[in-house]
Amino acid sequence: MALTKADLANSLFEEVGLNKREAKEFVDAWFESIRDALEAGEHVKLSGFGNFQLRDKRQRPGRNPKTGEEIPISARRVVTFKPGQKLRGRVEAYAGPRE
Amino acid sequence: MTKSELIEKLAAEQKHLSQADVDLAVRTIIEQMSAALSSGERIEIRGFGSFSLHFRPPRMGRNPKTGEAVALPGKHVPHFKPGKELRERVNAAAQAVQD
Repeated sequence: MALTKADLANSLFEEVGLNKREAKEFVDAWFESIRDALEAGEHVKLSGFGNFQLRDKRQRPGRNPKTGEEIPISARRVVTFKPGQKLRGRVEAYAGPRE
Repeated sequence: MTKSELIEKLAAEQKHLSQADVDLAVRTIIEQMSAALSSGERIEIRGFGSFSLHFRPPRMGRNPKTGEAVALPGKHVPHFKPGKELRERVNAAAQAVQD
């Protein structure tokens, strides 16, 4: 059981009163807008939740774990997520299994 | 891009929704995602990424002012793993700018 887009759309249907099609479209537009901004090289700051940031990584040596062969890992841009204080505080309180 | 800029963008795209509905929908999505993580539930959004919790074991910390040792309890922290589409789009855009 994991939270999915269908669950988010359902809560927009139940709590905001959007119809099912609007709710699904909204959830898609939400994630697509965040992807668009990151693709355009912009950081995304969602206060109360966290920040999606971009990091440019230089090329570094790597290895094929199966064959042991050395292959360089090319320079790349990656997305990282830095949870905000509010979210960190709420999650810290969770006392479930230690993964 | 900040949360208010994201709200403006979504409102401009979803013209059939009132500003109040867009505001509430955004708050609902953020609350739903925060609540899921706070109760130890994963979030899985295909093409965007997944959020899960990582456990940080208890450790001895130090009060930086007094130098006194303090026992810090274990805690969970949110973790985001970007999905394939997000990873590829962000990196492809960054490579295209360089070339």
